[in-house]
This record gives sequence, structure tokens and C-alpha cells, in this order.
Amino acid sequence: MNKMPVIIIGAFLTFLSSWIGLVAYPYLQLGRFTPFTSEDTGDINPPPLSGMAVTGQRVYGSSGCIYCHSQQVRQVGYGSDLERGWGARPTVARDYMRENPAFLGTMRTGPDLTNIGARQPSVMWHHQHLYQPGTVSPGSIMPSYRYLYRLQKIEGQRSANAIDLLPPDNPPDGYEVVPTYEAEALVAYLLSLNRNYPLPEAPEPPQ
Amino acid sequence: MSATTTAHSSTAAPAMDKAERARIDESTRVPVLLFFGSAVFWLLVGTLFALLASFKMNAPHLLDQWGWLTFGRVRPAHLNAVAYGWASSAAIGTSLWLMARLCRTPLRHSKLLICAAIFWNIGVLLGIFGILSGDSRSIEWLEFPNYASLMLFVAFGLIAVWAVIMFRFRQPGHVYVSQWYLLAAFIWFPWLYSTANILLNFEPIQGGAQGAVNWWYGHNALGLWFTPIGLAAAYYFIPKVLGRPIHSYYLSILGFWSLALFYSWNGMHHLIGGPFPAWMVSASVVASIMMFIPVITTAINHHMTVRGNFGALKWSPTLRFTVFGAMCYTLASVQGSFMAIPLLNKITHFTHYTVGHAHLGLYAFFTMIMFGSMYYIMPRVVGWEWPSARLIRWHFWLVAIGIGVMVVALTIGGILQGLALLDPGITFMASLDYTKPWLFLRSGSGILLTAGHIVFATSFTLLLLKAGTRREGPTLFGTDQGREPEPIAP
Repeated sequence: MNKMPVIIIGAFLTFLSSWIGLVAYPYLQLGRFTPFTSEDTGDINPPPLSGMAVTGQRVYGSSGCIYCHSQQVRQVGYGSDLERGWGARPTVARDYMRENPAFLGTMRTGPDLTNIGARQPSVMWHHQHLYQPGTVSPGSIMPSYRYLYRLQKIEGQRSANAIDLLPPDNPPDGYEVVPTYEAEALVAYLLSLNRNYPLPEAPEPPQ
Repeated sequence: MSATTTAHSSTAAPAMDKAERARIDESTRVPVLLFFGSAVFWLLVGTLFALLASFKMNAPHLLDQWGWLTFGRVRPAHLNAVAYGWASSAAIGTSLWLMARLCRTPLRHSKLLICAAIFWNIGVLLGIFGILSGDSRSIEWLEFPNYASLMLFVAFGLIAVWAVIMFRFRQPGHVYVSQWYLLAAFIWFPWLYSTANILLNFEPIQGGAQGAVNWWYGHNALGLWFTPIGLAAAYYFIPKVLGRPIHSYYLSILGFWSLALFYSWNGMHHLIGGPFPAWMVSASVVASIMMFIPVITTAINHHMTVRGNFGALKWSPTLRFTVFGAMCYTLASVQGSFMAIPLLNKITHFTHYTVGHAHLGLYAFFTMIMFGSMYYIMPRVVGWEWPSARLIRWHFWLVAIGIGVMVVALTIGGILQGLALLDPGITFMASLDYTKPWLFLRSGSGILLTAGHIVFATSFTLLLLKAGTRREGPTLFGTDQGREPEPIAP
């Protein structure tokens, strides 16, 4: 192989084949979905995210949640995702059409979060868990996200959004822990994660 | 240095004489030292992040009061510091030197490369800063914010332009196998990097298609950027040090083209069982298994070249690191092919096993070959031999044992974790408990690797400072104990 053009053209063409197969074609097939409107209920799925949840999605990305948590319920025969109750049905490509980026994830040091909003619908639980994961979920090695919270002196009445904490992380007397805007947004995003709605191409959720 | 002609075996062009080689080596000095120097700097930075991330898994409370150092930022800071700061800089430095040697012409337009090195380092610095300060979007392997990735792209553009110029001015004659790999890598990477960044970060496509582009990039960054450069170095240094030609020219051709065709289709095996059409995942599983062809071909070719001369591993640092790396290339690739089989992927997917596999590839294969390359190239561009064989020996054993322990720990921990995750009767928390002791062992291996890197950085700095007394011949293992090396080329 002493001819440069052979190497250049060959390298170009082999790579082009994968570019067409794994970039261009997926873009055409999976990158141009429209939401599905149910004729019976009028529901639009996947539902749009609130502004707060979109901000929370950014916090999820900048905090690197994906390095321990996936967001995909695999098909039957691939692991025990459904048996663990991580979702009523496997996820399909259209579930992610509003996600930017799509946090599919590659690691399960922590459980899958595809439907965490359905599994844990309590705002307070999420704040407690983000602040003191080991206390709420014994054995967990999730780090505390207390840098997303503020310790402040109670002025008059305790703030409505102050979070209830267990020892040893509870604030000293006369003080309270309140979420920052970022923490509120992150929890709004986590609560929005519920992909158990029906889509025509997705298997029916078992009743 | 009787081995000079072997890397250009069956060449029609006349062999270079010693003075010409020295002139070519010297022409590469400034850009190669810039890339190697920054590579070693980023290796230390990346190692520090790795160690911190690993400790955080053992002790989650460690430094959790600062968002800048939360696990979810330190981990990508580690990956990007070692992938773009260390591995890519070392790869570029090695490529520049190899290209000048193999084109048999002094390096031209080194100002282009000096600019590129500066841009590259500013890019990596901004990128790491961006990740730690919260600008990452958590797209694996592409965490650098746009302002940083743009800098890397400009730097790479300059290098690609330079590469074209070099090839235009090369001496006529045989084009050696290393040059095929280098040329191809320089075509593939800018295309790969720009496509993925545009579609995922600059003008993001819909989420449903992002996973495909993400793993097309993630896998090809390893397969079509680091792997070809690692193989180019192995194809050069193994025959060079041994003073004998590559075993088979035809196996080299088969290995190159099958790698080009199959590796580029591998990416979707990261998404097995996920929300993607079956055909896409199947295509990647098939391509992953077809990777046996280039891998076994290259393994046979390298093995047959070294055969009968394994004794040389005892005294040549370059050869010892490079052969270690080449063997781990075979191991990592065979392991990768098996991991793509859905039956086994069910166990290993989403576990630490994959992390172990990634380190077997990027460290035990690629990084070890880069160390070997630096041991050969540095004395030639600086004009000074490595100051101490003892330091090199410590470096080798610390990192070889370190990476061995790490891969074994993550492999066992990952399999236990994966089997537990598969069984819905076992609680999720129990699957985590299985990994904990192995994550401690991983931290231990990280300490060994860190120590090895500090030894290497010390050795590297001493060489730059031309410490010690001038040596007559190259620094070989055993020579400081009064033993004579076997009479083949250094």
C-alpha cells in the first residue's frame, strides 16, 4: 500500500458507512418525532416539561447524576428492570424526544430514575435524600448535595420550604436548612420523571 | 542503531544515516516536547481527580461541602483530563515524531504545531474548569463545554493541515504500516469530533437519537483515534528495538482494513436492550464480534515479530512497555467482543466491569504504549539519556501491578454487581454492597498508579533538566547493575 489516495479514500469510505448507518439514519428515524395525542383522553405524550423542570434538568447534567443513575427501562429479557418496578413498560425512543440531553446513562451504582417521579412523589423525601442520602437510604454511597442548600437563621417563623432533617445533619436550634433555587429545580425535574404513559409503539402497561 | 531500516522494510529508498536521523529528530524538538510535557502535566492532574473520585466512592462524605468537587464533576474531570489532556497530547506528540521519521524529512512549519499545542492546552484547561464549575451537560466523553471543545477543534485543524503538508514533502518510497494508521486517525478524529459536538452540543438533535450519536462517538474515540495511534507506535517500536522486520506485510494490510471497517460500527453495543431499533444494536454486536479479525491478525503479527526475542524485554524499557501494551490490546479487544454478546452484556452492562474494561483499553493498552514511545523518543529529541534505569523500573512495576489490580478488582466487583442486578430477588442495595470491598481495592490500585506517575514525572523532569552525567549509550534496565545488554539495537 504505497499509494496515499488508496488509504485516504478507503479510510474515508469505511468511516462514511458508519456515519450513514449510526448517525445520519438514526437522526432521520429517531430524531424527528412529534408527540402523540391520545384521541380518547386528549393527553399529549410525552408531556412537555415545566420551566422549572427544564432548569432542573440542567442541574442534573451539571451535577453529573448520570455517572451513577441510568434513565432507561430495558426490554423484556434484558435484565430485571421491569421486575424491580423501575417502570411499567420498557422505554422507547420517543420518550426522550423532549430530553436535551437524553440521560440514558451507562452505570447503575444507584437505581434507575426513568420513573422516579412516580416511585417517589414526595418533594420532602427528595430534599431529605439529596441532603442526607445515607440517613434516608441506609447503605447508599450517594454523596450529599448539601451545597445546593442554605443554612440560615430562623427569622420569626420557620420558612415554609425548610426541610426536616434527622441527626446528625439537622441544623442547630434557631437555624433551618432551605433549598436553593437549583435544588428546587432539580427536585421539580426528578418529580417530572414519569414515563408510564401509553404510546402506540410502546408495549401496553400491564394493568 | 542497526535497526533503522527495519521499520522501512523492503524499502526502495536508501536508508537514512545517523546524521540525517539526528537532524530529523531535532526538527521535532519543540512541538514534541510541548505535547509530551503537557501530557505528563495532565496525567498528574487526571490521576489526582481519579484518586479523589475513587475515594469518594469509599467515603461519600469526603469533601461533599463543595459543589466543585462533587463526584459527578470530579469523575468527568478525570476522564477528560486523561483522554484529552494526557492520552491525546501523548498521541499527538508521538504521531509528530513518527511522521517526521517515517516521511524521512525534517518537520516543517513547526509554528503551526506550537500554536496547536497552546490552543489544545487552553482548551483542556477551560474544559476542566467548565466541568468543575457546572458547565458540563453530562454527555459522556463530550463533557467539555462548547467554548472548550471549539479550542480543541481549532488545535486539531492546525495539526491536520500540518500532517497534509508533511505527507506532501515525504521522501518517495515505501509507505510503512504505521503511516496508514496515523493518516487514517488524522482523517477520522476531526470528522468524529466535529459531527458529535455539533449534533449533541452546538445544535442538539432530538433526545431519541442522541444516544446513538453519543456512543458512535464514545466508542470511535477509542477505536479510531487512540487505537490506531497506539498500533502505529507498536508497529514502529517493536521492530525498531528488536532490529527485525514486521512478520507479515499482508497481515498488516488485513488488520488495518478490517479495523477500519468493523471498529467504526461498534458503538451501539453500549445501548443493548435500550430504546433503539433492534437492527442498529444488532449491527454493532455483529461488528464487535467481527473485531476478532483485526485483533487476532495484529496479535499474531506482533507476536511473530517478537518471537525468539522475548529476552529483550528484560533490558529495553521501550520494548517492555510497548509489548505489555500490545498484549493488553489483544486482551481488551477480545474482552470487548465478548461483552457485546447480549447474553454476557446483560451481566456487565451498567456495572463496574465496564469501567475495568475501559481502563484495560485506555491504560493497560494505550497509556503503556505511550510510556514506551516516550522512553524512546525523549532522549532523541532532548539529546540526553534517561537519568536512571532504577526510576524506569519502579515506574514500570508500579503501574503494571497497579493497573492489573484495578482491572481484576473492577472485573470481579462488576460481575458480582451484575449478577445481583439481574436477580430481582436481590435488593438493589445488596448489589451495591457486593461492590464495596472491590471499590476499596480499586482505590488501593489507584495509589500504586499515582506513585508510578509521580516516579515517571520525576524521571521526565530530570531528563528535561539534563540531570546526572552524560551517558554513552541508552539507559537500559540492568545497565546500572553492571550487566551488559545483549548486542542488539537500543
